[in-house]
Amino acid sequence: MSMNNQGRPTGAGDPNRRRPIAPGTVTSEVLGTISGNKGLDHEESLIFELDHGAVGVDLPDVKVGDDRLGGMRRSARIGLPGLSEPEVIRHYVRLSRKNYAIDSGLYPLGSCTMKHNPRLNEKMARLPGFGDLHPLAPASTTQGALELISQLMNWLTTLTGMPAVAMSPKAGAHGELCGMLAIRAAIAARGENRKRVLVPESAHGTNPATAAFAGFTVDEVPAKPNGHVDAEALKAKLGPDVAAIMLTNPNTCGLFEGDIIDIAKAVHDAGAYFYCDGANFNAIAGKVRPGDLGIDAMHINLHKTFSTPHGGGGPGAGPVVLSARLAAYAPIPLLVADDKGLRLIEDMTAAPDGAKPFGRMCAFHGQMGMFSRALTYMLSHGRDGVRQASEDAVLSANYILASLKDVMSAPFGDGPCMHEVLFDDSFLQGTGVTTLDFAKAMIDEGYHPMTMYFPLVVHGAMLIEPTESESKESLDRFIHVLHTLSEEALAKNVARFVGAPHLAPRRRLDETAAARKPVLRWKPDALKQAAE
Amino acid sequence: MRYLPLTSDDRRAMLARIGAPDVDALFRDVPKSALTSLSTFHLPDTQGELEVERHMSKLAAKNVAAGAAPFFCGAGAYKHHVPSAVDHLIQRSEFLTSYTPYQPEIAQGTLQYLFEFQTQVALLTGMEVANASLYDGSTATAEAVLMAQRVTKRGKAILSGGLHPHYAETVETVAGLFGPMQRTAVTPGCAEDIIALIDEDTACVVVQSPDVFGLIRNLRPIADAAHAKGALLIAVVTEIVSLGLLEPPGAQGADIVAAEGQSIGNGLNFGGPYVGLFATKEKFLRQMPGRLCGETVDVEGRRGYVLTLSTREQHIRREKATSNICTNSGLCCLAFTIHLSLLGEEGLTRLARINHAKAVSLAVRLALLPGVDLLPNAYFNEFTVKLPKPAAPIVEALAVQGVIAGVPVSRLLPHDASVQNLLIVAATETNTDDDFDALVGALKGAL
Amino acid sequence: MSEVRYTDQHEWIRLDGEEATVGITKYAAESLGDVVFVELPASGKAVTAGGGAAVVESVKAASDIYAPAGGTVTSANSALEKEPSKVNEDPEGEGWFFKLKLSDQGEFAKLMDKDAYAKFVDSL
Repeated sequence: MSMNNQGRPTGAGDPNRRRPIAPGTVTSEVLGTISGNKGLDHEESLIFELDHGAVGVDLPDVKVGDDRLGGMRRSARIGLPGLSEPEVIRHYVRLSRKNYAIDSGLYPLGSCTMKHNPRLNEKMARLPGFGDLHPLAPASTTQGALELISQLMNWLTTLTGMPAVAMSPKAGAHGELCGMLAIRAAIAARGENRKRVLVPESAHGTNPATAAFAGFTVDEVPAKPNGHVDAEALKAKLGPDVAAIMLTNPNTCGLFEGDIIDIAKAVHDAGAYFYCDGANFNAIAGKVRPGDLGIDAMHINLHKTFSTPHGGGGPGAGPVVLSARLAAYAPIPLLVADDKGLRLIEDMTAAPDGAKPFGRMCAFHGQMGMFSRALTYMLSHGRDGVRQASEDAVLSANYILASLKDVMSAPFGDGPCMHEVLFDDSFLQGTGVTTLDFAKAMIDEGYHPMTMYFPLVVHGAMLIEPTESESKESLDRFIHVLHTLSEEALAKNVARFVGAPHLAPRRRLDETAAARKPVLRWKPDALKQAAE
Repeated sequence: MRYLPLTSDDRRAMLARIGAPDVDALFRDVPKSALTSLSTFHLPDTQGELEVERHMSKLAAKNVAAGAAPFFCGAGAYKHHVPSAVDHLIQRSEFLTSYTPYQPEIAQGTLQYLFEFQTQVALLTGMEVANASLYDGSTATAEAVLMAQRVTKRGKAILSGGLHPHYAETVETVAGLFGPMQRTAVTPGCAEDIIALIDEDTACVVVQSPDVFGLIRNLRPIADAAHAKGALLIAVVTEIVSLGLLEPPGAQGADIVAAEGQSIGNGLNFGGPYVGLFATKEKFLRQMPGRLCGETVDVEGRRGYVLTLSTREQHIRREKATSNICTNSGLCCLAFTIHLSLLGEEGLTRLARINHAKAVSLAVRLALLPGVDLLPNAYFNEFTVKLPKPAAPIVEALAVQGVIAGVPVSRLLPHDASVQNLLIVAATETNTDDDFDALVGALKGAL
Repeated sequence: MSEVRYTDQHEWIRLDGEEATVGITKYAAESLGDVVFVELPASGKAVTAGGGAAVVESVKAASDIYAPAGGTVTSANSALEKEPSKVNEDPEGEGWFFKLKLSDQGEFAKLMDKDAYAKFVDSL
């Protein structure tokens, strides 16, 4: 069998694992309070369990006697719960308080870029002219929106030094797909049939998934012991069947691939295209233009680099900048200017001369709500602020590296890192503490853990990205906690690690049980019993 | 710069600890030729809140918001009233500024609402299971076709001519890589004979109801015919409020439901972000794309929630993943969940009845205009009318008079001359009788 | 008399006359952690030596199970669909995956015996 060790160990042998009490049972015995609450942390039922037939909106009771529903009127109740507005608000406020957030603390998730989310962005996105604008409203009534998109396109192409950008992809992975479909179309237009895509083993999982999704086969390129992609191995794999390489730069070890110009040249000489995963553009924005590196396509995660909020996992936005070699294949819709102003070309058959769009990524024109936030962020920072943000992000990561490398093991710690710093678990060997335990102990200290067990090229990876949003005092407190935790682990004081967290709203959850017998929705008791 | 906490003194002290002379020393791996100066970028410098707000407000003022005029656009995005509590709650820091809930001990807030969301979507669509959302309705439809191709190990998809053309193009772009995509001719106001096209090579039939022209379809015979040939029925819903009044696709035999959830909780936003709903039968669970949240217990036996079945996903399966999707539409599905919780059973069914009653009353008035024909005989809150002249110039002319009359079908199918007189008109709870008077009056003048 | 052989991918295969039974080794089961799902091949499926035949999933990892030798699948252990935990509890017994009719018993003979596999595992 393939010994896939991409994940982390789970469940088995956990000494703190006790026989579970029936789901939903909250006993005062467990929590030590009558209510089950712990001060500000309230136990909260599912909204369905709070149903008592109330209603949270006031709407007139219009009778539809003579309907025009063609006999397709609903025959059964939906089964939705009924609550008043104060109950609904309390429910979701209580839920919100069980979440960690960048607004409440440092969020060092490497590769995820949890930076400050300015509130001006939220306010601007909600201006009625943007938030209450229909995507198919007449063009004469949407000129300001099209102008906004045009301005954002100018920022993105200028910062990246690329001639074109496709705006419609709805997230990073969607942008990757867009870029790879453009490459596929360009290869087809040359009358070639190139099927192989080279992907370094340190890549985000989305890269190989995207390549496969776009109909390519994936060929992995190894990393060198210093954390960089093996440029020689990569070049040796190039050939007439190679469609593209997908490289992340700065890479997921937090290192800038210095051979990139050389790699790009070899790729182009072999007739292939260079896709760059732009997830880490926030390290170099305003300092380095990807267009100067020979890149053909790169998505930009507006929710990372330009701080449209992550929102608990979305929505994102992933526009893709394209080189002159790929620009013609950008998907519809296309934004063009003529004597009547700006307009969208929304149909394949109406593409202007020279344009050969490969298709459409989604309905309408992309994540406008994210565009307005990203442009607000860019205008607030300006080119100087964007550059300073990149420098501060890199400075902060190196400050953490310099402050922790005496206790934690940094496999590539000899040189500077970019915006994130990678540690492995070799300093924990023999302590009885794992990367997972170490990370969970951080939760008890009031910190969100760093990215764990990724990238896969080192053992027990811990990837820390502080971003530019932390003050020096905040970084110093964080460093102090991690330094002390490391010393505790090295002294084999394992109690605070094993079974951590102890102080969070929940302790470690049984993911094995969740996966073996999936419960993916609430059901009324009667239905549950019937099923059993 | 107001968002950057480090002072010059801080930066000097940090460089000293690192042992670097300046920040550019940290960029030493970057080829010298690629390090640019600030003047390379022809872009403005830092601006204060006031200046930025002025700039953005100027752009916004050039648009006509849906709430600023009698407004009748639909065709995949709908103007509804969203209660104030929704936007307040989704802007709470703990929801707005958190990441994907990969550390469940400190993300129970997100995880629990995802579990509630999945339950609501399953109930509304009449399906057994739902995921934690996809990007939007169109990409959910494309994912549904890909899933049907995996389940049936067949390539061909038959797309109804009543499927929103943008959705059809999205499906063709992605799923077209894995099999032929057959789109039926457009038959505005009528159901095409799609059953005759289903054969043993067919992975799925994709039917939207109410369709892009507003027509409510009976899915049951199509489901039966598809199943008889071993194919799946994918039901698409672009106006989710319709399920407050209509028989859900799950009760009509659909195997997968792909829907746009924008109408509940989410604004128009010029097309995004929206929230894709995706529901199916339990037996297809392992082939389902996207995030899933499941119930479990912690080591103390307390109920809690985790992301589960993630081995289907890209970060584990890499090139073998069911999809390359990595995000869901988190904050938009939270808005959906809160709005639907406020509505409840009674609120949603009332809202749906109001929408239908408004549409019927407007359709009757428009059909009385000379030369205007109402096409669908069964519709929810949206319908298509045939005008005696091309619709697009009329819509532009009415916009100048301050009435946003609807979506001309030629906007969606510009190369099809047979549809150029057709206008898609939506009416929701936000429309008043004054709005109707304005539209009827303006249209009468233009014809 | 049955005979058991092992692959360097940590599958075991036991030959009883014409039919061989395949599963994963105790070492593999322990490395995986709690098994939550197995995907089994259909009867009649033709497999080649070293080709993917089944999938085993823990919470955070999915691994392919390769056929140690080529042949035709005759049956699969459907009990694992309801109780994947058997793979952890008894990997080399009740936690078997599928049975094969071998096309070439020579392929079986080339695999590691118990001692060779034990040495191989020690070397990891």
